[in-house]
Amino acid sequence: MSTLTDASKARTAAASEPALRCTDIQRAFGGVKALKGVSFDLQQGEIFGLVGPNGSGKTTMVNVATGFYPPNQGRVALFGQDITGWAPHRIARHGVARTFQNLALFKGMSVLDNILVGRHIHMRPSAIATLFYWLAAVREEVAHRRVVEEIIDFMQLQDIRHEPVEIVPLGMQKRVELARALAAEPRLLILDEPMAGMNQEEKEYIARFVLDARIERDLSVLVIEHHMDVVTAICDRVLVLNEGAPLAQGKPREAMADPKVVAAYLGQGAMAKPGREGA
Amino acid sequence: MSVAADTPATLIAALASNAAAHGRTIAVRERDLGIWQEYSWAAFFDDVMAAAAGLEALGLKPRAAMTVIGDNRYNLYVAMLGAVALGAFPSPVFPDVPPQELTHYTRHGTPDIAIAEDQEQVDKLIELRGRIGRPAHIIYDDRRGLGEYTDEGLVSFADVLARGRARLAAEPGLKAEIAGRTTGDDIAVLLHSSGTTGAPKGIAPRHRHVIAAVRNAAEGGYFQTGEEHYAYLPTAWIGDFVFTVCAGIMLRFHINIPERQETVLTDLRQVAPTFYLAAPRAWDNMLTHVQVGMADSTPFKRRLFDYFMPLAVARERRRLAGEPDTLRDRVLGLLGEVLVFAPIKDSLGLSRTRRAYTGGEALGEDTFLFFRALGINLKQFYGQTETSAFTAAQDDGAVRLHTVGRPLPGVDVKIDDSGEILVRSQSIVDGYFDDPDASAKAFVDGWLRTGDAGSIEADGQLVVLGRVGEVVRTAAGERYIPNYIENRLKFSPYIRNVAVIGAGLPVLNAIVCIDFDAVAYWAEQRGIASTSYADLSQKPEVLDLVRDVIARSNENFAPALRIHRFVNLHKDFDADDGEITRTRKLRRNVIEERYAPLIAGLYDGSTQVNFDARITYESGETGTMRRTLSIVEVSDSSPRSGEVPRRGGGETT
Repeated sequence: MSTLTDASKARTAAASEPALRCTDIQRAFGGVKALKGVSFDLQQGEIFGLVGPNGSGKTTMVNVATGFYPPNQGRVALFGQDITGWAPHRIARHGVARTFQNLALFKGMSVLDNILVGRHIHMRPSAIATLFYWLAAVREEVAHRRVVEEIIDFMQLQDIRHEPVEIVPLGMQKRVELARALAAEPRLLILDEPMAGMNQEEKEYIARFVLDARIERDLSVLVIEHHMDVVTAICDRVLVLNEGAPLAQGKPREAMADPKVVAAYLGQGAMAKPGREGA
Repeated sequence: MSVAADTPATLIAALASNAAAHGRTIAVRERDLGIWQEYSWAAFFDDVMAAAAGLEALGLKPRAAMTVIGDNRYNLYVAMLGAVALGAFPSPVFPDVPPQELTHYTRHGTPDIAIAEDQEQVDKLIELRGRIGRPAHIIYDDRRGLGEYTDEGLVSFADVLARGRARLAAEPGLKAEIAGRTTGDDIAVLLHSSGTTGAPKGIAPRHRHVIAAVRNAAEGGYFQTGEEHYAYLPTAWIGDFVFTVCAGIMLRFHINIPERQETVLTDLRQVAPTFYLAAPRAWDNMLTHVQVGMADSTPFKRRLFDYFMPLAVARERRRLAGEPDTLRDRVLGLLGEVLVFAPIKDSLGLSRTRRAYTGGEALGEDTFLFFRALGINLKQFYGQTETSAFTAAQDDGAVRLHTVGRPLPGVDVKIDDSGEILVRSQSIVDGYFDDPDASAKAFVDGWLRTGDAGSIEADGQLVVLGRVGEVVRTAAGERYIPNYIENRLKFSPYIRNVAVIGAGLPVLNAIVCIDFDAVAYWAEQRGIASTSYADLSQKPEVLDLVRDVIARSNENFAPALRIHRFVNLHKDFDADDGEITRTRKLRRNVIEERYAPLIAGLYDGSTQVNFDARITYESGETGTMRRTLSIVEVSDSSPRSGEVPRRGGGETT
């Protein structure tokens, strides 16, 4: 059930290409095989969930897709273009932004400045321009600030925009990190446990933002998440991993009800109960 | 005054004349994307005319209501005035009204068109339409989240404006024609009474009412032409319509609109309004904010604050009692202003505030004195929706804690035999909307029966005591309002709840519930150990503390209305026990019945009373526990002369 909007169709020439296609990805750390041949397509405009117990290779999969670890084997394609083995910054320039499992914000900087960092890949400063053509540099800064302010408005962060980021509550920091990822104006957004440590209200807010962002900002989203209520509420499809291997793929409820998934989460013998508990 | 005999007869005429004579002056500033967007009078007028043309094209008819729901936004004000220009009337609704209650607020004037600020409000209106079939057209301002909505009749305000602009461009003369449509007899807005008793009543002031209200208030010095005004209070409240829209246009205010409700306090500092109005609770919060800020401050600043602030409060207390400043007062006041008061006012955003007001309910003495001591000219005002917000306001030099000031020019006030406040003014509406029965009760021979009990002091200042329905009499026939006395007692941080007993009895006595946190802290500071609320409440030192609070409050009342004896209850009144409502109002009958043995003890002269407390466990079982409670006599001291009486009364809009 991919929800392609007209705008995204018009914007991308290769509309039929998946946003992210991973083919037979394998990755080992020494003797540990973290990924043993994972393949999936993330369609444009789709919110795709990557779920699985701890240590099942979800974050490794994301790190392969974003270029942190090149795969030992297999191909990664972004909107039809093969990006296997590219460096992370080059992949970022191709429209991929992510948030991190553990917050990676710049302490000591304001919320606003942290989000402005997300504009980094769009900034074209040169030493000469910054030194002498200060008018142009100011104009560039104002343009970036405007984009950031629109995201602040979108994420409802107006009341904390000038606060130092370390003093805002954890739930808001997560929101700031998502805002920073959006500031890069990505086409593919990767969220690594965006709701870890959040209360129910904060989770609902983030879920709302992700759904709204998909519609308003033409996004495809890859999300790693443990909260099964969230996964079933926002994901169009999920891929369940276990010990580096794909276990099931499909609509969230169906995939989570798969006996193999239940067994992986709760162990053999727990089959009588539906596997709803997260790892 | 600027509102002279040639006052325009309608808001639209006033807006048009501003646009013609002051077209390039800033009318509205709204913070959007972090930047203050400015709109001149000419731009404001053009937008209103475009909105009117667009709304007409959408089918808005004269004398129809248009529901408006959302926080203060420039576009919502434009839409409201656009409707007004067509001879229709906006009907703003509080944005936090739950969907089921929207039915009450859309009963009158068949509102078939509604404008909503955002998705949240659009959802409510769609739900409402599912139930009652209206509104057919839902206009939204912020499109966020609405991209995938396919509901019928959903249109963006930008589209309405664009359609209106196209009409105005295609038909020259249409703009002037629309601008001249309204008369002073047209309804300007449809508001609703708070509805604490039954469904809310519709109140629809006409142009001539709100214009009279602004004229009265301006003549009374309530505000002046060109105020820097901060539009942050709910649009569904008469005050916002009269201050922001009516006075804003007639007196050419600079209307400043905050970015969001969450940023109201930070934006306040950037606006630094010259005229500022806030509910008593908001002033209390601001005081707490300052106190917490000082506690976190450096030792040097804290010492300065701790030195100058009490001095200034003491000086303000003397000033209110009518004593002139001494030379020492003046020198220390100047020094305090430079070192402490000016920086605090600046950080609050009140450095330019020449007129600050509060109303609606009683303001605590500490808060009132603190802000006046800071040099903020905080005053009280009184009014109701029926009088277009203005009945009385305090004058400079006649500020007293327990009054709400003299009636404004053009307003007559009298007290009838039952003690009810009656008001007569050109700003009073003709009657309730579509409700002849209620109108006949409240509007009698040209006077509005406010439902408030009050009195008029020798100098003409009005004192508001409470609602007429709350008046009770002692055995001697002395009239009083328990709630009024209780509120005065509750200004003390140590008293959380109190019930004043005395209806049909010879004297007044009280059942007191201490504030556990405040009293426990107070006790801790003095090394008094306690094990529980019940234990703490019966400590002799705590009984003395409460006695002193009551004795101090007693000084404000005539001897017949002083509290003679009290008992500290072993627990706080609890909504789960049915003693108070969820909105923290006392249920007197429950209290009088449950604590009958205590009340008997209060009146029979005993010093201790055993009380079998009934306990309801969560399992539903009940048990009893015997408590021995002390009854304490409040020593009868005559009031010190020159003492500032505590403030009374309040405004009920």
